[in-house]
Amino acid sequence: MLRLPAYRYHAPRRLSDALELLARFGAEARVVAGGTDLIPNMKHRLFEPAHLIGLSRVDELHGIEVSDGWLTIGAAETLSSIASHPAVVASTPALAEAARHVAGPQIRNRATIGGNLCLDTRCTYYNQTEFWREALGYCLKKDGDTCHVTRVGKKCVAAHSADTPPVLMVLGAELDVVGVDGSRTVRVEDLFVADGIRNLRLQHGEILVRIRIPIRPTSRAVYRKLRQRGAVDFPLLTVVVAGERGDNGRWSDIRGVVTGLGSRPRALTGWDAIASDGRLDDDVIESLAQRAHAQCHPLENMIVDPDWRRAMVPVEISRALKALRTTTAD
Amino acid sequence: MSHTTEVVRLHVNGDSVEVGVPAHFTLVEALRYGLGLTGTKQGCDKGDCGACTVLVDGRPTLSCILPVQEAEDRQVTTVEGLATPEAVHPLQDEFDRHGAAQCGFCTPGILCSAAALLDGNPEPTRDEIREALSGNLCRCTGYTKIFVAVEAAAARRRGR
Repeated sequence: MLRLPAYRYHAPRRLSDALELLARFGAEARVVAGGTDLIPNMKHRLFEPAHLIGLSRVDELHGIEVSDGWLTIGAAETLSSIASHPAVVASTPALAEAARHVAGPQIRNRATIGGNLCLDTRCTYYNQTEFWREALGYCLKKDGDTCHVTRVGKKCVAAHSADTPPVLMVLGAELDVVGVDGSRTVRVEDLFVADGIRNLRLQHGEILVRIRIPIRPTSRAVYRKLRQRGAVDFPLLTVVVAGERGDNGRWSDIRGVVTGLGSRPRALTGWDAIASDGRLDDDVIESLAQRAHAQCHPLENMIVDPDWRRAMVPVEISRALKALRTTTAD
Repeated sequence: MSHTTEVVRLHVNGDSVEVGVPAHFTLVEALRYGLGLTGTKQGCDKGDCGACTVLVDGRPTLSCILPVQEAEDRQVTTVEGLATPEAVHPLQDEFDRHGAAQCGFCTPGILCSAAALLDGNPEPTRDEIREALSGNLCRCTGYTKIFVAVEAAAARRRGR
């Protein structure tokens, strides 16, 4: 059995009440929506908040709708809802696909897209019980001063392991974040920093309220996930590719994001020059895949051979781009 | 921090009950140690294995990582709630007939996941059954007999 540390649970119905509770309890409090990431982490004593503020019943965090060319999703919508919602499937099928591949069915029935965006980074030496971590002298990310992955480094290299953020990045999604002092809009790629200890640019006291995704009829995106089993597991590697398909069959703005390796999702660079003439033939795809390979250097932050994970980058990129080539108009 | 006790109102298998539990209890702890409903199993206790699966408003949910307060005002169904006083659930009968339970530890969770599947999809394909049960680990059976039993229960419910 893994017991939770003691806490008080609060279940506000309004966003203003949640913000007020968060301000009142300060660093003693954490927000929780589905809890599928935070509760296991609390059982491992990675977090021990005295107050949990449950967001699942806050009305303002719910709803999925399309209006004025934007798909808007409340941050507390579950991954199950997103995977099966007709508006998501029709307008951003790659997002539905990513949501459908997170963990297993029971997790998706509780886990939220806001929680997936705010998922804590993961590492072999971090996602363990207190007993296990203590035996090794703890690690940089929690309670210790040694990184067991790099052994010498002073920079935490725990991996960003969420499935939906890379899709939201290639689609140009924006996030509405609210704090007691007002609201702000954050582009998804600006949410993350390359720091495994905490990779989110959210201030304490802020709550992610909704995700807004521009719907472009020309956009196509493909999501692929590498993991050990076909269900339950976190990704060992996630790749997402996207592009704008012109009427003449030529492509523009071919772009890709890789995650599951480092501490934040990584937008691949240098693709514009390779795919500049709009063709996506096998040679171009191979060049794009090799360019991705050169940019990815996974470390041993999961108990899976990092050389294999690296070798799979061009394989998965190539498969994704070939699938992108065959995507049809909606 | 010393813990506080809360009275939580739950609706379990059609009964409305109030149970006093530590405020940091999960739903499975409240079911097992507060209400004596030990059919729901506490396996990995961190959301990996699916043994603790119950239905919350009809949806398969991991009760080991659900703060008990999140189940308030919702309908909880555990393995104890699948049978009626007159008869076992067709899934339970077919699991028995087909030898789909060996050690039995994963069985309550699998029955709950499968019951939710059949409620929404009376004639699931093998792939749909596989997908619906993909969050429930079984270390004994190799799954085949479980899939066969679910298919047989589905057929029986359709009146064949």
